[in-house]
Amino acid sequence: MSSLASTDDTPAVELRGVTKVYGSGEAAVAALCGVDLRIATGEFVAMMGPSGSGKSTCMNILGCLDTPSDGSYRFRGVDAGALSRGERALLRRHYLGFVFQGFNLLARTSALENVELPLIYRGMPVAERRARARQALHDVGLDGRETHTPAELSGGQQQRVAIARAIVADPTLLLADEPTGNLDSARSREIMELMTALNRERGLTVVMVTHEPDMAAYASRVVHFLDGQVDVDEANHRLPS
Amino acid sequence: MIGNALMQALRAIRRNVLRSFLTILGIVIGVAAVIIMVTLGGGATVQVTQQIASLGSNLLMVRPGQRLGPGLRSPAAAFTIRDVEAMRKQLPGLAAVAPTASKGVTLVYGNTNYSSTVSGTENAFFTVRNWTLAAGREFTPAELRGGSAVCIVGDTVRRELFGGQQPLGAKIRIDKVSCDVIGLLEPKGQTSMGTDQDDLVVMPLRAFWRRIAGNQDVNFIQVSARQGVDTQRVKRDIELLMRERRHISRTQDDDFTVLDMKEIAKTLSGATQVLTALLSAVAAVSLLVGGIGIMNIMLVSVTERTREIGIRLAIGALERDVLLQFLVEAVVLSSLGGIVGIVLAIAVSIGAASALRLPFIFNGGIVALAFFFSAAVGVVFGYFPARKAARLDPIDALRYE
Repeated sequence: MSSLASTDDTPAVELRGVTKVYGSGEAAVAALCGVDLRIATGEFVAMMGPSGSGKSTCMNILGCLDTPSDGSYRFRGVDAGALSRGERALLRRHYLGFVFQGFNLLARTSALENVELPLIYRGMPVAERRARARQALHDVGLDGRETHTPAELSGGQQQRVAIARAIVADPTLLLADEPTGNLDSARSREIMELMTALNRERGLTVVMVTHEPDMAAYASRVVHFLDGQVDVDEANHRLPS
Repeated sequence: MIGNALMQALRAIRRNVLRSFLTILGIVIGVAAVIIMVTLGGGATVQVTQQIASLGSNLLMVRPGQRLGPGLRSPAAAFTIRDVEAMRKQLPGLAAVAPTASKGVTLVYGNTNYSSTVSGTENAFFTVRNWTLAAGREFTPAELRGGSAVCIVGDTVRRELFGGQQPLGAKIRIDKVSCDVIGLLEPKGQTSMGTDQDDLVVMPLRAFWRRIAGNQDVNFIQVSARQGVDTQRVKRDIELLMRERRHISRTQDDDFTVLDMKEIAKTLSGATQVLTALLSAVAAVSLLVGGIGIMNIMLVSVTERTREIGIRLAIGALERDVLLQFLVEAVVLSSLGGIVGIVLAIAVSIGAASALRLPFIFNGGIVALAFFFSAAVGVVFGYFPARKAARLDPIDALRYE
């Protein structure tokens, strides 16, 4: 996997004519029909669109959780669509971080143990793992909450734990699926500021699905989906004050 | 990787202590049942063997008549003292021969009555039965020849007749005969069939004939084979000699029986072992049921933790990582059940052994086997749920509510 070195002109991800069809025969439904999308390293992209427009499917393909039915998906120059299930898992392990709408933390498990999880699969020794998990929790502003379980944390704090888990293994691409969907507006802004900071300070490429224009406003680029295709793809100039 | 899987499994088990305990209960009971059965069965076998050995080493009993059923014997003439003398002369494989004649009698001492059995015999009786005197002395040659009214009492008789008093030198009445107590036998306890071996009085054979029986019959002959001589061979020699002396033609069956105590010991301990094996097999079935219980809970657990599995797969767990995690979890649960079962079984076995007056014999082999088996149950019954977990689609699993 270490051979996945990207040069400046290789895009972080590149979709070319990506089609995704669920089901077969007459029941077949096309979730994506011919999507072309290039995202450069260091970009912060918001994907918007109504339900069923294909943005979540696109997200799953970007996250190597799913493969295109047709067309190609290149992750840092590698044809991810042609990889096996296990190879895609390894790619996720080493290069991707996920943040979900529902936080998706392990219940009855401390924040520290939740954040450690990706490092366990990397086979990192315990001491180093602990230290990095602590650092990640510190980075998202959760010092002193290491032993709290999700039930003992607020929604905003839970999402911070989830972000800490997503960045603890130093991914190159952070995928966030409606990260603020379950949060009030104040908490949402905090999370967005955290993600923006990660994008700016670490050069982390961020792709985020959202319904809310307020949240999309944090991104440097907004991609609108409609009926399985990219409708509008524009640079964002109205950054929030 | 196993180390991490083990740690994760322990975390998962710790997250749901009550359920984990209920899950392993089946294995606990299965393992405990098997070990308890085998341990108690082993104790019973040892006890039976010990008791028969305590009757006397290399003991053979020769009785007139054939055993027809419980308590039933075909009628046949008693032996005579000449049969005994012929055995002593003609069978070099014998270490000692004790002619014995017995009768149920009432014993009287002071104003205490007690019903017991009196046996007329010789000093060889003590050798053959491997019996020592707790106090007093054996019969003198003069007493044996002259048929003196002297006796040696068993421990039960001593307790019933004398209570706390000193029996040696006392005079007791056996039926109508007044008799001096000259010795006290070491207590032997009950046989495995429940007969009290200490409930007897021994007197010289001639005294028994003349004063109690009124005839010169020998009711049975107890024989001990020489050390190192095959008891089966001795048994055949006795049979041949007795057939000749009792004029039994070739076409006729024996009208006497030779019992080899070693053979009886083998039969009895064999029977105990078969019973133990059967009970253990039944107990082993409960181990299987316990395994199914683990599979059931693991399947529920996989369904419940679908999202967790989705998260793990999304952040880079391979199929085999998830498979290993759930498999290790099942094995840890079942092994934990095994350990708890072993501890429980040892505690119960010690208690039950003392309640049933059986020796407690720790059987390391069966403990190791039961533990190995409980772990194996985890592998076998944990595999299917673990595979189900590993094959989940991460997208569906993440969406699962």
